[in-house]
Amino acid sequence: MRSIFKTGAAALAAATMLSGAALADGHALSGELRIFSDMSNPAPRAVMEGMVERFGAEHPDLEIELVITDREAWKTQIRNVLQSGTADVVNWYAGNRMAPYVEAGLFMDISELWEEGGLTETLASTQGSMTMDDGIWGVPYTYYQWGVYYREDIFAELGLEAPTTWEEELSNCQAIIDSGRACYTIGTKFLWTAGGWFDYLNMRTNGYDFHMDLTAGEVEWTDDRVRATFENWATLIEMGAFIDDHQTYSWQEALPFMVNGEAAAYLMGNFAVAPLREAGLSDDQLGFYQFPQIDASIEPGEDAPTDTFHIAANAENVEAAEAFLLFVTSAENQTLINNGDNLGQLPVNANSSVDDDEFLNAGFDMLSNNAGGGIAQFFDRDAPAEMAQVAMQGFQQFMVDPSTLDQVLQILEGARQRIY
Amino acid sequence: MASVTTDTPIQHSDPTPRRKISQQAIAPWLFLLPAFLFFALYVIIPIVQSFYISFYEWNGLYSPEYRAVEGTELTDLACTELGNRAARTEGCEPTGANVWTGEYVGWENYQQLWNDPFFWTSLQNNVIWLLLYFLAIPGGLFISLFLNQKVFGMRLYKSLFFFPFVLSQVVVGLVFSWFYLPNDGLLNQVLIFFGFESINILGSNEYATYGIIAAGLWPQTAYCMILYLTGLNAVDPEQIEAARLDGAKGPKMLWYVVLPQLWPATFIAIVVTVIGALRSFDLITIMTNGGPGFYNTSVLAFYMYDVALSEFGFRMGYGSAIAVILFLIMMVYIAGFLWKMWRDEKGA
Repeated sequence: MRSIFKTGAAALAAATMLSGAALADGHALSGELRIFSDMSNPAPRAVMEGMVERFGAEHPDLEIELVITDREAWKTQIRNVLQSGTADVVNWYAGNRMAPYVEAGLFMDISELWEEGGLTETLASTQGSMTMDDGIWGVPYTYYQWGVYYREDIFAELGLEAPTTWEEELSNCQAIIDSGRACYTIGTKFLWTAGGWFDYLNMRTNGYDFHMDLTAGEVEWTDDRVRATFENWATLIEMGAFIDDHQTYSWQEALPFMVNGEAAAYLMGNFAVAPLREAGLSDDQLGFYQFPQIDASIEPGEDAPTDTFHIAANAENVEAAEAFLLFVTSAENQTLINNGDNLGQLPVNANSSVDDDEFLNAGFDMLSNNAGGGIAQFFDRDAPAEMAQVAMQGFQQFMVDPSTLDQVLQILEGARQRIY
Repeated sequence: MASVTTDTPIQHSDPTPRRKISQQAIAPWLFLLPAFLFFALYVIIPIVQSFYISFYEWNGLYSPEYRAVEGTELTDLACTELGNRAARTEGCEPTGANVWTGEYVGWENYQQLWNDPFFWTSLQNNVIWLLLYFLAIPGGLFISLFLNQKVFGMRLYKSLFFFPFVLSQVVVGLVFSWFYLPNDGLLNQVLIFFGFESINILGSNEYATYGIIAAGLWPQTAYCMILYLTGLNAVDPEQIEAARLDGAKGPKMLWYVVLPQLWPATFIAIVVTVIGALRSFDLITIMTNGGPGFYNTSVLAFYMYDVALSEFGFRMGYGSAIAVILFLIMMVYIAGFLWKMWRDEKGA
């Protein structure tokens, strides 16, 4: 375990004062607290149930009702739950994915809770992604890095080092292709994986701020800077860097290529580590590196999608809901739920500790010390849903046939003018 | 309507006959009422709503409504405008009711559709589906003729042919996805064995739609086959006998004697095939998710789902506009169907 000391007494005081206990006036919480969660996969589910159990133990008079919905189904069900007034606390995502609910007034603005609970100190790194229209609309509970997971043993066999520049990247890739492998595995059937590639290439080619302007609809897709990003992408595609037929595979179906050594690396979120390990890759075979620089003058931006809790605008037990959000984000709870036995991700609280896992440490180090450009949520959470959908289809189309670039950019520009 | 005779003396006027008549008039409507109610609730009203919503821009959300708590100086209107944080602190509370957030845009959704390349792609794919799906009808007919013999073990064969029909479309989609898998799928294994290149059917803009239609034809053909098998049971053996005596054989016998008697089965087969082709949705979702690229295998039903109900959708107005177009296409076909039924009734 490794502690993170970041801020001074104020944050510490706030964290100890509010480590899940009821708010300052000290009276116990009572009534009913209804939580709707999408943490439906086995590990997250256990984490969620554990949190409810521990929070319930602190507040014996509070009756907590927890409903866990399938993560995919929740993406549509949240609408009914928020509107029917059956929930106090719900799970969702940071960034632009909040926008429809913020605009419809379905999430409660909890700026005051952030101030009073000292969250502006302890959760400072994620405050931006929770802020919209001068309000703060929820709290994060976990996030994870993206980056390149690669087969160290294949790199060693070919005498390669993890690349830090675009030139190294291309020469590495050529060596891997010459050895009869693909540099990268990817499955683009459900589109978002291609969004990850675009995020990184665009942030490395044009910088974080430009990427944010583009996802906010302030830049034309036919802009030369966007073309430059696609040119870098085309360089990789045309040399044969990606596996064939990726448009037919889901991200999971693309894993075996890396496990069998037919591909040397995978640009993916940290959640890919668990299935890679389960498939039999040891930590000696598996390595991680940050997506290489393309333009040395540009500070690297990183994707680190954040999962969140929100209070419904028509919540009945606001007091208990607020206490639960403070409990979830407390340093102690954050350390516990994000460790390797639970979520295996990164804690959002600056006073938490990161579990001693090779990849979590690498990710934490990268996001703390080497993401000077800024932290993005991910293409489909930064861009409005409609734009995300059509753009990611365009990325897939482009990956399958780079010669269609002009047509793709025309369609995306048309969509941009209509959507924003 | 019977007329009531009025030559009965007035002092003995007995309302029974009139009541009888009214009962006779009302009873059928009473019996029909539940059906009408449900039909209205689940079919008619939603259709009207689809038309209505297609003139709006709406993301499918309602805003919570607030009211002033007694004793504060705020009005209900002020509460609603305050936003939820202020509302809670200034002395308002949610009423539990919701406010619709739709915005009237007139014909804009339809204008957008007209200029939407993905809509035209979907419509074009719908036409391809419709045309190719008709192959299920002759296919089903020939399999049923083949199975309509007295051979040992025929029941087993028949049940094997029934098999795809009882499978869920989702399962069919999965099975065919594996069948088409590049390199490892059965199809490509065979191609590679004979020295051809592996082709990625579902990953190519040219072939993907045809690949899905082929998968859809598998259960659809079985469906038509079942219809024809039942039809063949009803063929009059005496007519066959008579035709034999007149020297009819093979194709001639089929065309002039058997097929005319199978017309009812053919009619139903056409109906289910057209409907099957127009609502093709699950196979596309499972096999390609509308891709590759920009909706290359999408059809209207899928496109509607994707813009209105999928993870990145929730354009309810636009989705309704697509639904209206699909409904009008169906309407042409249904009108023709009803007209034919009416003509048959009259002919009978």
